[in-house]
Amino acid sequence: MTGAVAAAGAVAALVPEIAQMNPDASTIAAGAPIEVDLTPIAEGQVIKVFWRGKPIFIDHRTKKDIEEARAVDWHILPDPQSDQSRVKEGKDQWLVLIGICTHLGCIPLAHQGDYDGWFCPCHGSQYDSSGRIRRGPAPANLALPPYEFVSDTKIRIG
Amino acid sequence: MSGHPTYQPQSPFMKWLEARLPIAGLVYTSFVAYPTPRNLNYWWTFGGILSFMLAVQILTGVVLAMHYTPHVNFAFDSVEHIMRDVNYGWLLRYLHSNGASMFFLAVYIHIARGMYYGSYKDPREVLWILGVIIFLLMIATGFMGYVLPWGQMSFWAATVITNLFSAIPLVGESIVTWLWGGYSVGNPTLNRFYSLHYLLPFVIAGVVVLHVWALHVAGQNNPAGIDAKSSKDTVAFTPYATIKDAFFLACFLVVFGWFVFYIPNYMGHPDNYIPANPSVTPTHIVPEWYYLPFYAILRAIPSKLGGVTMLLLSIVLLAFLPWLDTSKVRSATYRPLYRQFFWIFIAAVIGLGYLGSQPPEGGYVYAARILTAWYFIHLLIILPLLGYIETPKPLPKSISEAVLREGLPIGASGPVPARDKV
Repeated sequence: MTGAVAAAGAVAALVPEIAQMNPDASTIAAGAPIEVDLTPIAEGQVIKVFWRGKPIFIDHRTKKDIEEARAVDWHILPDPQSDQSRVKEGKDQWLVLIGICTHLGCIPLAHQGDYDGWFCPCHGSQYDSSGRIRRGPAPANLALPPYEFVSDTKIRIG
Repeated sequence: MSGHPTYQPQSPFMKWLEARLPIAGLVYTSFVAYPTPRNLNYWWTFGGILSFMLAVQILTGVVLAMHYTPHVNFAFDSVEHIMRDVNYGWLLRYLHSNGASMFFLAVYIHIARGMYYGSYKDPREVLWILGVIIFLLMIATGFMGYVLPWGQMSFWAATVITNLFSAIPLVGESIVTWLWGGYSVGNPTLNRFYSLHYLLPFVIAGVVVLHVWALHVAGQNNPAGIDAKSSKDTVAFTPYATIKDAFFLACFLVVFGWFVFYIPNYMGHPDNYIPANPSVTPTHIVPEWYYLPFYAILRAIPSKLGGVTMLLLSIVLLAFLPWLDTSKVRSATYRPLYRQFFWIFIAAVIGLGYLGSQPPEGGYVYAARILTAWYFIHLLIILPLLGYIETPKPLPKSISEAVLREGLPIGASGPVPARDKV
């Protein structure tokens, strides 16, 4: 009984020791949503913005990019997802991605590799023009951040 | 090993102290009268060298900490401040950064020596496992120290290595956020790495005490791999081992000094003189040379979880060597087959190191897969099998028989210590 109380006390004392390492209040506050104006982004251009310390790619895709992404049979891809499910309906030209390789966190380079998408210089993962993993060690497609269109030319990320 | 002289305090003060804290007696029995096998070669001097390097790293590290600022806005500049403004700051930093490389060089030789001479076998299993724990702590400490200058390589090393934990199913992402203290590698990460980089060397020092304790219980292994049976098989630690250790430490320090004073950045990466930039990954990121073999194993596996698992396994498996190696004979000197496989294994590890430094494309990846496979085949298949199929050479009856002929050391030309004459 005494031992059980002492053990429970020891565990309780460990909670703050471990919890202090999680993101603090100021870090969480700084992670609020951001708004991005899309008008200056030309067709074929990819811009990089930062949200929660993560790079976010905003890709103004060309017709060719979209056609290529939709021509492939997505059911056989390593992480099967259709291009339609990765963009907002009616906004097919706007691809918004978290720009972090799903392998070990490097930043892939735009318009490189064999699939008109991204190439990660660290370990050679290749993503297509929908940000889906096509080749290399990465296990998953480039993640999509939570975002919505607040007008035709403006999105809110977060 | 009984029968060696015990400490007899002479002065009244030492008698008074010894009755209350027998520390002089402990030092005397452990490092003066302690019997060491008479046939130890220079490969046995690396334990002493490693203790010395740990002291160098702690000493230079503590003074560097007096000038370094663990904040993302100031860390890079404070390291340049150490290099340019602090008195002898350049020397202290180069000693510390090159000291890490020399520390790892020495530990790899120390581990290889243990593998060649079967130093992990009964009764030294706990001693060996403590050594593997020290090695793991060294890897963690070295990694966190590399992050502190907050250059491009520092930042991306921190990103890639912490992301290894994201491979864990279900809880991986939460663990990584917890390690970072944020949504990405940032100031909280740098701050805690600094704290832990300061702490871990003292943890290492603690485990080293256990390591030396276990060593002094089991006694040292030796090139013949047989137990010391009589006082003829041993010599006193002081002066024999002390002077041999000191001599080879001096030789080792010449190499250390050469790096520090002539090519201090040879083992670094130019990219780490660019301040950390979270929006650009350097085109070719590689870890420090001492992690390259493990990095090659990580990249050789075409799956994230698989690569991380094999990376961890490649180190953890070493702790199980005492049970993976089924041969009763310790020293490779008397194991004709194992001796060849040992050198093939060393060549494979060096080959992996080279492949880890190359870009992950084409033939390099396939070569890394072959060598990774061999690494595990050696540990999991060759070692257990050899114990059954190998015929060892006959062992000498005693250490003294192995190294003496007609009472004189084999190959000796000078005068022989009086106690060795028969």
